[in-house]
Amino acid sequence: MTSKTVLHAKHLEAGAKMVDFHGWEMPINYGSQIEEHNAVREDAGMFDVSHMTIVDVKGADAQAFLRKLVANDVAKLKVAGKALYTGMLNEQGGVIDDLIIYFFTETEYRLVVNSATREKDLAHMNAVATDFDVAITERPEYAMIAVQGPNAKAKTATILSDAQNAAVEGMKPFFGVQAEELFIATTGYTGEDGYEIVVHNDDAAQLWQKLLDAGVRPAGLGARDTLRLEAGMNLYGSDMDESVSPLAANMAWTIAWEPAERDFIGRKVIEQQRADKSTDKLVGLVLESKGVLRGGSKVIVEGGEGVITSGTFSPTLGFSVALARVPRSTGDTAQVEMRKKLVDVKVVKPCFVRNGKSVL
Amino acid sequence: MSNIPSELKYATSHEWVRAEGDGTYTVGITEHAQELLGDMVFVDLPDVGDEVDAGEDCAVAESVKAASDIYAPIGGEIVAINEELEDSPESVNNDPYGDGWLFRVKASDESELENLLDAEGYEANIDED
Repeated sequence: MTSKTVLHAKHLEAGAKMVDFHGWEMPINYGSQIEEHNAVREDAGMFDVSHMTIVDVKGADAQAFLRKLVANDVAKLKVAGKALYTGMLNEQGGVIDDLIIYFFTETEYRLVVNSATREKDLAHMNAVATDFDVAITERPEYAMIAVQGPNAKAKTATILSDAQNAAVEGMKPFFGVQAEELFIATTGYTGEDGYEIVVHNDDAAQLWQKLLDAGVRPAGLGARDTLRLEAGMNLYGSDMDESVSPLAANMAWTIAWEPAERDFIGRKVIEQQRADKSTDKLVGLVLESKGVLRGGSKVIVEGGEGVITSGTFSPTLGFSVALARVPRSTGDTAQVEMRKKLVDVKVVKPCFVRNGKSVL
Repeated sequence: MSNIPSELKYATSHEWVRAEGDGTYTVGITEHAQELLGDMVFVDLPDVGDEVDAGEDCAVAESVKAASDIYAPIGGEIVAINEELEDSPESVNNDPYGDGWLFRVKASDESELENLLDAEGYEANIDED
């Protein structure tokens, strides 16, 4: 049994090719993945991300609970609406999931977690919550639309009310605000400007249609993957999972080591890994000649080998890029096993495109 | 429903073959195949002058989704390749039976064509997939 989002009919109307994505019937593309990718880099595109799981955390201990639950520190959040990206670790220091936390008050937060990990995430949160005065509430009555691209905000502005436009006016990146019936956040998964909009299921199709009429182009999961990969953003299940340390997944920046006495789950293990420099690292690979780097391929580096965790053709750059988990000793070049041949690739920082431009 | 022109011959591995009337045969991949593969990003073609056997992998169609071997539907000498695909691989998606052709082969044994499917046979073959 696959689930459908409330926008399912709108996808079919737009000519989507639907696929099973971890139990959700989702649009992979609406004809051409590359054209959808380019629409987001050059203009404005929208994604149905209603399959993602919204979880509200409320209660006297909400802050204390989250300071235990995740590796980043929600106590850093002081301004209402500010968001934080972080990993939720297990006791072995592996990544149970990556998520965004929006801060409203010290007793009220909103979490957005992955759909494929929904059940285990909720089970883990509820298990940890037994020691805290906190209520964890999933919000399946909400859909979510990500509007992304250099013209995304301007096009969205044409369909928002005056009050909503006033609410988002001048909002910095990585903030969210409740504006009348919409929750509008300046977050995304593409490396472009834009919004992620949480909307009630009953109003989602109408919002989608308004955005479509405003010239925002529907984009599928295919484009979502090439966009996030160009932007060097991790995909849970590919670039990290429960067997991978955040230190081996380019997530060190999402760990708050200070204050040292904050005992978040997984801390002991990753603290030791950090001291020992014992983990692999996540790097970017670039193949400027023909061919496409693919996830799962072996990467041969000086003194060892690693693996491509995600690889694709980059429509923005015109050649293939990949994320790879490799030994720390890895230098500026590596070789990838592609179709039984070894191919030379460049090793770079794991980020390729930002705001429509190459950062290589 | 995919477009399957009735004047072409087909391999079960989703290549089409068109007789040019001079003993040479143009080869491409079907509309169904390009739909399965998604947007094409690179096409690796054989060299003109190469000798290929029927069923030999002689080209690679690389899409956003996967790299896929292309098999020679009949044996012979490669007499032409579609060099336009170097700059516009998307022709394979947009016009699989026209501008998206891959290579032309001079048949060494025209009886090999009898091993290929007609449009009806190919359609039945897709339906089984």
